Amino acid sequence: MNPIHILALTWARSLEFLRDRGTMAWNFALPLLMVAGFAVIFSGPGKPLFTVAVLAPETVPLSADTHPFLGTPSVSFYRESSLETAQAKVQRHRIDLAVDLVHMQYWVNPESHNGAVLEQLLHGVAGEPLRRQEVQGARIRYVDWAAPGVLGMNLMFSCLFGTGYVIVRYRKSGYLKRLNATPLTAAEFIVAQLLSRLVLVLLVTVAVYLGCNAFLHFRLDGSPWALLLVAVVGSYAMIALGLMVAARVTSEEFAGGLLNLLSWPMMVLSGVFFSIDGAPAFVQWLAQWLPLTPMLEAARAIMLDGAHLLDPSVLQPLLKLSAMALLFTLLGALGFKWTQD
Amino acid sequence: MSALLEARALVKEYPKVRAVDGVSFEVPAGICFGLLGPNGAGKSTTIELLEGVAKPSGGEVLFRGESIAGGTSRYREKIGIQFQSTALQDFLTVRENLRLFQALYPKKRPLDELIAVCRLEEFLDRDSHKLSGGQRQRVLLAIALVNDPELVFLDEPTTGLDPQARRNFWELVRSIKAEGKTLVLTTHYMEEAYALCDDIGIMDHGRLIARGSPQRLLAEHFDDSVLELPAADALRAGSELPFVLRGDWAELSTRDIAGALAILQKAGTPLDHLRIRPRTLEDLFLELTGKELRA
Repeated sequence: MNPIHILALTWARSLEFLRDRGTMAWNFALPLLMVAGFAVIFSGPGKPLFTVAVLAPETVPLSADTHPFLGTPSVSFYRESSLETAQAKVQRHRIDLAVDLVHMQYWVNPESHNGAVLEQLLHGVAGEPLRRQEVQGARIRYVDWAAPGVLGMNLMFSCLFGTGYVIVRYRKSGYLKRLNATPLTAAEFIVAQLLSRLVLVLLVTVAVYLGCNAFLHFRLDGSPWALLLVAVVGSYAMIALGLMVAARVTSEEFAGGLLNLLSWPMMVLSGVFFSIDGAPAFVQWLAQWLPLTPMLEAARAIMLDGAHLLDPSVLQPLLKLSAMALLFTLLGALGFKWTQD
Repeated sequence: MSALLEARALVKEYPKVRAVDGVSFEVPAGICFGLLGPNGAGKSTTIELLEGVAKPSGGEVLFRGESIAGGTSRYREKIGIQFQSTALQDFLTVRENLRLFQALYPKKRPLDELIAVCRLEEFLDRDSHKLSGGQRQRVLLAIALVNDPELVFLDEPTTGLDPQARRNFWELVRSIKAEGKTLVLTTHYMEEAYALCDDIGIMDHGRLIARGSPQRLLAEHFDDSVLELPAADALRAGSELPFVLRGDWAELSTRDIAGALAILQKAGTPLDHLRIRPRTLEDLFLELTGKELRA
């Protein structure tokens, strides 16, 4: 591989991206608007992370005086009159727990992670140590939880479409055929596309993160460098996926369809806006094979739990993401075609 | 003259068609060789095989006596290509596009020379998507020359250009030829082939059906001239001359112009719009294939 070829092509592609003001502005505007939107919607002292229905007589106030559990911070308690309705909501993951203070019993969905956490908190106020309650339930706003999702989603779209769609356009317009008539190799071309998009998408993501952080003060308990590494590996995997899709496709419409087919399941299943704890098992299994899922798992473990790189909650998804990236690169490189024929 | 480029029994087959069917010819160094034929004749596929962009199903291409199959990368360093239609990176200026392609070759022609030869000065810092058709073709020609190639392929370089831009482009091609470079040109403009090519090959149905200099081919096949009249005038005359209708005009091929004119005058044929022309490559193609050569 000739580094001069790679540098020349990386520079040219980067200039093209930076000068396409419409696309460039959209890359910045979309995540900014979304994060700002969440910040406005969930503004105030902090959106509670858990929701608990309480069945109690109207005369009884929902406060710690009635029961110590009702004083748990970051938990939203609301009054529910029908036990049947409360049970149905717990069953459908619409709320995390239902507490019946008349008959001194509670209902929890055994498949809900939030429910399990609340159950421990509930046991805590009944005499268990309170430490776990503070770690699990306190100070996590929804915007803290959603920010990695929104940034990851923007990164995903930018990488998939910015690589896959552009390469198909190059092929269709004959630009790839022209490059193929030079001494440039397919490997050099692919590396240049990877490098160019990787650098630009990381710069945009870091800029958006810092910009939002200036007024939203995201929670970042772990190392920013570990978070950057997750972003690098995640971006690489997404770009490689875009390259794989674009390796042979000659129609922009078909490429757009394929990229949508990949990106929308990730939007829904990878935990961008909400957790899929309550989804059927096969949906959760499917989500594990989408690169955005391990990327967001690792990012949230670092940001919200303060996990280190070697913690299984970061290391495992990072290794999975790396394996996906290598597989996509290999398939993309093997299947790459310069021309439409 | 020794052959710089040689096609030996080239065949290119696609699932349902044999696009190139056993084509052989040699291109000596320093000439402009034209490959002519209508759309679908196989000339673009043939030129892609010669460029090394497509692989032949049979036969081989030799450059300076060596097969290009064994060293495609080395071959690409020595040739320049202007494809029929090529997009450039939209948001790069002409200068940046030239620098990008220069970086891909070990041998580079100085940028100033390229700019002067292809007359790019006035739009050098303009984004490539803001160029006119003629300007774009000049940039693509400059890109084909960035590595100072010995052999330059021009695949229908003036298709879609207005007559003025086409003639300007011919001047560029002539100046490149004057530098001693070998050119392989495909076109379906017979006027262009006649103006630029020292040697031509005419293709039809994937085969080479004639080969030689335009003048020699015309001399071999024709010893007459063509007399043209508006169809209405020619028919009104009612003479026995064998006019052939071509749209609104009637053509008469004859070795005896004076005799034909005398007959027409005697018949009272109006001669206000009379045209007399020599035989052209268009006529040659019609003679060889029974078809008109059109875009």
